[in-house]
Amino acid sequence: MTEPLVQARQLTKHYVLRGGLFSRRQVVRALHWVDLTVYPGETFGVVGESGCGKTTLGRCLLRLVEPTFGEVLFRGENLLQLDRETLRQRRRYFQMVFQNPYLSLDPRMNVLHLVGEPLVTHTDLRGRALAERVVALLERVGLSADQLYRYPHEFSGGQLQRIAIARALALNPLFVVLDEPTSALDVSVQAQILNLLKELQAELGLTYLFISHDLSVVQHVSDRIAVMYLGRVVEVGTTDRIFHDTRHPYTQALVSSTPIPDPQARRARVVLQGGVPSPLNPPPGCSFHPRCAQALPLCATEEPRWVDVGDGHLVACHRVG
Amino acid sequence: MKEPLISVRDLRVQFQTYAGVVYALNGVSFDLYPGEILGLVGETGCGKSVTGLALLGLIPPPGQVVGGEIRYRGRNLLALPPAQWQALRGGKIAMIFQDPAAALNPVFTVGEQMELVTRRHRRLGRDAARRQAAEVLRSVGMPEPERILETYPHELSGGMQQRVMIAMALSCGAEVLVADEPTTALDVTIQAQILDLLVDLKRTRGLSILLITHNLGVVAETCDRVAVLYAGFIVETGPTEAIFQAMKHPYTQGLLAAIPRPSHRGRPLQAIPGTVPDGLQPPPGCLFHPRCPFAWDRCRQERPALLEVADGHQVACHLYDREAER
Amino acid sequence: MTTLLRPFLQRWAREHRSQLEEYRLMGRAFLRDRLAVASLVIILLFILGAIFAPWLTPYPEQGRGEPNVLEKFLPPSWQHPLGTDNLGRDLLARILFGGRTSLSIGFLVVIIAVAIGTPLGALAGYFGGWLDEAIMRLTDIFLAFPSLLLAIAIAAALGPSFTNAMIAVALTWWPWYTRLVRAQTLSLRERPFVEAARGIGVREGTVILRHILPNVMTPVLVQATMDIGSAILTGAAMSFIGLGAQPPTPDWGQMVNLGRIYFINHPWLATFPGLAIFLVSLSFNLLGDSIRDIADPRTRRAIR
Repeated sequence: MTEPLVQARQLTKHYVLRGGLFSRRQVVRALHWVDLTVYPGETFGVVGESGCGKTTLGRCLLRLVEPTFGEVLFRGENLLQLDRETLRQRRRYFQMVFQNPYLSLDPRMNVLHLVGEPLVTHTDLRGRALAERVVALLERVGLSADQLYRYPHEFSGGQLQRIAIARALALNPLFVVLDEPTSALDVSVQAQILNLLKELQAELGLTYLFISHDLSVVQHVSDRIAVMYLGRVVEVGTTDRIFHDTRHPYTQALVSSTPIPDPQARRARVVLQGGVPSPLNPPPGCSFHPRCAQALPLCATEEPRWVDVGDGHLVACHRVG
Repeated sequence: MKEPLISVRDLRVQFQTYAGVVYALNGVSFDLYPGEILGLVGETGCGKSVTGLALLGLIPPPGQVVGGEIRYRGRNLLALPPAQWQALRGGKIAMIFQDPAAALNPVFTVGEQMELVTRRHRRLGRDAARRQAAEVLRSVGMPEPERILETYPHELSGGMQQRVMIAMALSCGAEVLVADEPTTALDVTIQAQILDLLVDLKRTRGLSILLITHNLGVVAETCDRVAVLYAGFIVETGPTEAIFQAMKHPYTQGLLAAIPRPSHRGRPLQAIPGTVPDGLQPPPGCLFHPRCPFAWDRCRQERPALLEVADGHQVACHLYDREAER
Repeated sequence: MTTLLRPFLQRWAREHRSQLEEYRLMGRAFLRDRLAVASLVIILLFILGAIFAPWLTPYPEQGRGEPNVLEKFLPPSWQHPLGTDNLGRDLLARILFGGRTSLSIGFLVVIIAVAIGTPLGALAGYFGGWLDEAIMRLTDIFLAFPSLLLAIAIAAALGPSFTNAMIAVALTWWPWYTRLVRAQTLSLRERPFVEAARGIGVREGTVILRHILPNVMTPVLVQATMDIGSAILTGAAMSFIGLGAQPPTPDWGQMVNLGRIYFINHPWLATFPGLAIFLVSLSFNLLGDSIRDIADPRTRRAIR
């Protein structure tokens, strides 16, 4: 078996809301006791609804947010124990592409400076050599040299995301966290970007953590998928197993709620009642039990343990196993 | 065939900006029949929201309707005195938006806001208005409506807020609901709830809904008919089943092929090359020709008109008038 | 010479095409704002008048302060368009030369205040914690003094002079920039592009210089433009009470003070320098307003 590239162990992020004069101190459980392993060359999908902690997970893995507890091993080295300067130097090996390229690119920098910034930060490339490298990167993501001196506001969303991708790949990283990279884009442009990401992965041997709320996109790109609910991973497995041998009731609801562009596939849906509870006071026991149609009395009191249903397909549910 | 409730013909809207004239709608025509859900689909900037706003006469300045008509039960709304249109708006024709939090007033309770609209449009007394509000909330699937009436909008989740917006539309006796991306800001499990509610309202109340969305999955699951909008122009329209089974327009085909689906896993998606045209300088001829793989000479010169290719299925594409000519 | 420079100019134009286009759009929006154009014209007239004062008036030595007692208290005439003062000096010459003092006070005060306030605000906002606490308490202390009183105290302690008046006003002014820049930095710090820069591994100091400061410069520029007017006003107030530039150096505030004594019989003595102060500070305010509108592409569209 290959060595894992990234491993999270018991990764936890709690935000403390400082109590005011009349309110108690409250703890938001954004991420709770998450374990996952990402292998080199794969696309690991993370899917869940708003507030499930998927974005916090991505940020904690890259230590853009300081986790409250746990370990993040990158090629066996615990990122959370690195001092500031060592971490800064390690950053060339892992990069992030953000959801909204209109916001993640500095509006006052031109393309040369945007794509050149990682190179200037970590290498000695300057001047003409820098510009040549940037042009090569631009051409690789489908842009051209005459866009070198343009500013973000002159580009469409899809082009901006290409710039953001060029920027993330400038240093030949090993691991890229893609945080909803196509959510701000139209479907036709989304297809362009997803294809580009796939090509680049094959060409450069990249490893992706692909975060999205869109199940069909995650299904399309991922080799393995983790489904998150209220700060926890509830099911992990290969894409095939997650979709064809769906075990967790929440995953089942998610799969059946996702609209399919085929009127003949209209089907009886598992429509969940109510909304996601606040992560401020998550329900005791299994955090999904208040919305779960199959809940047992046990679910309200005891947290479910991981059950391996085969092939590394893990489910956290009392109903399973 | 039934009479259409709303009939839009050759609607043209332009925005005068400092950079020049932006052509937002370039002759949009469609009918909305009683008790159906018509999906208006398109990508960012195609004019679908502007179309929705135009039905309520709410196009923000510097936008202007420069041509065409919007008929409601045969009356041209654009020729109506503002006061009469005002009475229809929010009464017979109501609109809900992508962000319900922004459409609700944060300083009044849900009950106060609902009473305000019903008392205005229906001239009910206070108690009657309150009773009615609770009843309507129950009908849109709100548990404990009396308690919800006492809450402020920010205390409700996005899905609940959207239900309140729908309830407000219904409480004024809306016959037509313009729903502009009503589920885009919601999670999929909540989206499913709201879509079920819309379908249910159509069935039980005979509500007519113009569902504006970018999501073809949403259209496939809820709409009876579809109109595909591209660059302010309807390129294809027809019954949902027909459109999804035998789509004719290259743009519609491209749009559907671009969606990731399980059967295509691992293979590259079909992307539509290029980007949506600039509203300032729309291309001559067919608006889609610069991105169309099948474009021929005529597409570059002449704008195609909607042409019936099957029962109720119309396409604006020169590929098909060539077929028709033969 | 030009042929030698041409390739460089062409390259520069190519690399800065987007910026040039942006400036062109700003320029167009600005030209449509009549009030702002008028303000800029007034300001430029006063600045040019101050710079070229010795050549613009036939009485430069009077402008500099030399008395001419034979012609005192002359009302406005062709010879002396704004009349003469109590020592017979041509008032127009005095106002042109006085502009040198008043305008320099305005510009220098704001430059000093921006130079102190901006870096402090960026540091406080970006790093937060005890540094923020320390810097903000310091600004609170300075803001707790009535600014004119503090300026008077400083000028009184260091002795009345042009330089001391300027330092005094600048010291009461910088905390506003610290607050402004800190507030901007706090919101910028949370913006994805700043997070993205940190994710790349850019050093904190570089993040501030490269991403924070350029993005706070527009509000700072707007505030600075408006403040030049107020600084001129405060500077004039200081000289009015005798703590600014000392005679015979001409200064508008000092001229108003002088004219005050003769106001009943010779009203032009106080009116014209007062009008100069009013026009210049109003113009800077209007110009600042307009810059705020045209710098933001969203509000720029609204200008017709």
